[in-house]
Amino acid sequence: MATIPVIGVVAIIVFAVLRLTPGDPAAIIAGDAATTEQLQQIRIQMGLDKPLYVQFVLWAGQILRGDLGISLISGVPVAQMIADRIGPTLALSTSIIVFSTVIAVPLGVIAAWRQGTLLDRWTSAFSVLGFSMPVFVIGYLLILLFSIELAWLPVQGYRPPSDGFWPFLSRLILPTLALGTAYIALIARITRTSVLEVMGEDYIRTARAKGLKENSVLINHALRNASVPIVTIIGVGIAHLIGGVVVTESVFNLPGLGRLVVEAVLARDYPVIQGLILLFSFAYILINLLVDVLYTVLDPRIRY
Amino acid sequence: MSFDWLKRGLARTVCAAMSFFATMLMTAPASAQTITAVMSSGLRVVDPVVSSAAITNVHGYMIYDTLLGTDAQFKVQPQMAEKWDISPDGKTFTFTLREGLKWHDGAPVKAEDCVASIKRWGEVDIMGQVLMTLVTDTKVVDDKTFQIVVRTPTDVVLSSLAKIGTRTAFMMPKRIAETPSSQPIKENIGSGPFKLVASEFKPGIKVVYEKNKDYVPRKEPASWTAGGKVVNVDRVEWVTMPDDLTATNALLNGEIDYIEAMPYDLLPMVESRSGFKVEVLDKLGLWTYYRFNFLHPPFNDKAIRRAAMHAVGQADILNALTGNPKYHRTCTAIFGCDTIYASNYGSDFLIPSNPDKAKEMLKEAKYDGTPVVILHPTDNRTVSTQPVVIANALRKAGFIVSLQSMDWQTLTTRRASKKSPAEGGWNIHATNGPIVGITDPLRNQSVATNGERAWFGWPDFPSIQALRDKFAVTADPGELKALAAEVQKQVIDEGVVVPNGQFVIPTAYSTKLTGILESPAALFWSAKKAR
Repeated sequence: MATIPVIGVVAIIVFAVLRLTPGDPAAIIAGDAATTEQLQQIRIQMGLDKPLYVQFVLWAGQILRGDLGISLISGVPVAQMIADRIGPTLALSTSIIVFSTVIAVPLGVIAAWRQGTLLDRWTSAFSVLGFSMPVFVIGYLLILLFSIELAWLPVQGYRPPSDGFWPFLSRLILPTLALGTAYIALIARITRTSVLEVMGEDYIRTARAKGLKENSVLINHALRNASVPIVTIIGVGIAHLIGGVVVTESVFNLPGLGRLVVEAVLARDYPVIQGLILLFSFAYILINLLVDVLYTVLDPRIRY
Repeated sequence: MSFDWLKRGLARTVCAAMSFFATMLMTAPASAQTITAVMSSGLRVVDPVVSSAAITNVHGYMIYDTLLGTDAQFKVQPQMAEKWDISPDGKTFTFTLREGLKWHDGAPVKAEDCVASIKRWGEVDIMGQVLMTLVTDTKVVDDKTFQIVVRTPTDVVLSSLAKIGTRTAFMMPKRIAETPSSQPIKENIGSGPFKLVASEFKPGIKVVYEKNKDYVPRKEPASWTAGGKVVNVDRVEWVTMPDDLTATNALLNGEIDYIEAMPYDLLPMVESRSGFKVEVLDKLGLWTYYRFNFLHPPFNDKAIRRAAMHAVGQADILNALTGNPKYHRTCTAIFGCDTIYASNYGSDFLIPSNPDKAKEMLKEAKYDGTPVVILHPTDNRTVSTQPVVIANALRKAGFIVSLQSMDWQTLTTRRASKKSPAEGGWNIHATNGPIVGITDPLRNQSVATNGERAWFGWPDFPSIQALRDKFAVTADPGELKALAAEVQKQVIDEGVVVPNGQFVIPTAYSTKLTGILESPAALFWSAKKAR
């Protein structure tokens, strides 16, 4: 229930900030040859000539009825636009998180277990490099290698799973690698540090003294106790993905929500921007909630 | 412990996966008979009356048809019209529609549809508005015939209905054309050579057109928007790509067939490879120009405007814009070079940059140091360089300049403001437009000088307006040329608009495509794709 006032505050701030930003959706609709008179006619037709508080009350009324409104530019309902675009973003986000977690957590655990070895040093070096390189640079390098030179994978685009598994998967591999690199670097680094911290604890020594196998010590004792910061960083990573997909979706031409945000902002398509920010706020709150719930599962000592 | 079994297993798995992927790639669905094109921008507004955006107009050519067309010699030709007759007094134009014209919903095209379409378009388009001031009556004679009656003989009836560029006079069913011109239409039903696949239309992302099998093309060869619109492919897909490099890579990888506006800096990537063609399809190209704000100092003073015009040279602007002389030329003709009404008046001082002369003129004009606010859009690649060059040239001449950077959308709002520059207004903004849309004093809206009702900048010169009005009611070709030349002279003398030269934008496409038409608009009829 506490999330409702948060979303309400976000809605008010977004509405106010957008209206204070210079720009005019009427100019987008009418094009370069429009005269001042024609722009004004379109503004009246869209209701943008009304006082701001009237516009806000109308919009808030719509939101309370569960209606996100209609795009000023294309005339398509915002809910439909989001539904059309959410598929690529969900697919990309899921594949990045799964890919990053599956690679990064074992990498971090092994690096901690073999601290000071060549593997550990390589993991640290990769973490620095992966985190430092801009996503678009990695993206273009991957395109050059796998699409242009080797012709193994398509450069761009998105196909829904209904078009077939390979057409769907083949278009996700490069964007996942491009954006996933940074997440692998981040998660592997945190995992290594967290596991290293617990490896020196008494209960690890006790587990070893009891004659437990090393993998059992690592997974059941070390990783489990180090998992709270790892889950936290994965949760933060998911939340930050929304920013990351904007660039990735542009470089790989994925028609997702990230691109929709940019297009809507550039076109001053107020209902679309407002709808998307509400959706993202809701997603942030939900992710935080899930992370909090996971804490209690992973560490029974944590209570809310 | 040996891990050879594991290594062998891994190697086998990798090989199997790679061969699976390779097979999948080779057996990917063939895209033959579908042209996939990346256009210069994404289609978001589909109403060609409400929007003057170039992409909306090109969309109009896909699904709508026009009563008349214009060929590559600038001649008006019949398109949906079988013929037209002009009464002996030159005041009644009778249009007869071709047989076999059908809307995409199967209904026959009737004269009443065309009359309603012309009325809606005439409320908004600059040429249409001129036409409507001359029209005294429009009569539906029968299902195939209608008349337009004007108060005086004029060339405007035919030239406006055949207009290319922005806001072409597209024909729509009467029920759609009765939508007020300030409100967008709700249906996309035309009678053109392609149909919009509404279920696959995603605004700003993808537009899909399919061949209109009921379309009956004219027999004449295609030339610009005249002649037979013969469709040789099943589908045309427009895909929007926000990143130019991604689009170029997709072309090289065979994922798309056509890039309408190829960025100059990426041309070597395509030119260096076989299997691709780089061609300028719109030979007329675009003109780039800047506009003074006549409402506020310092450019409400003719002498200061003239000083600025001497300061800015065309070559610097064009070099910054395209970086390659192959794609630009100096030109001071406000109706475009190589057009019927081309005039080079003003080329002696508009082409070269003369900061010393400008400095002298500025001193004589007693310029008081009022800052010149220049609007600079950073996100529009065909307009972003001009303000920087203009600002530099003006500074050299002694102007105090404030170059204010912003995105294009902010600029389009800001330039509509009549407030003083200190209160959020402006002094100079630069833009560009297609030559085909400015070929005479009526269709070039930047030469309208009717004060508050004129295009942004709001110049007020009744003598130029009088010349435009006279042009509208003149039919003699010699007299029309003389009037256009006089408009050019007065417009340049007053600094109504300052031409900075012309440039063309190359199109890149796969050599699998043939029959791509040269035209001021990107047209997809006549195009063929090898299987």
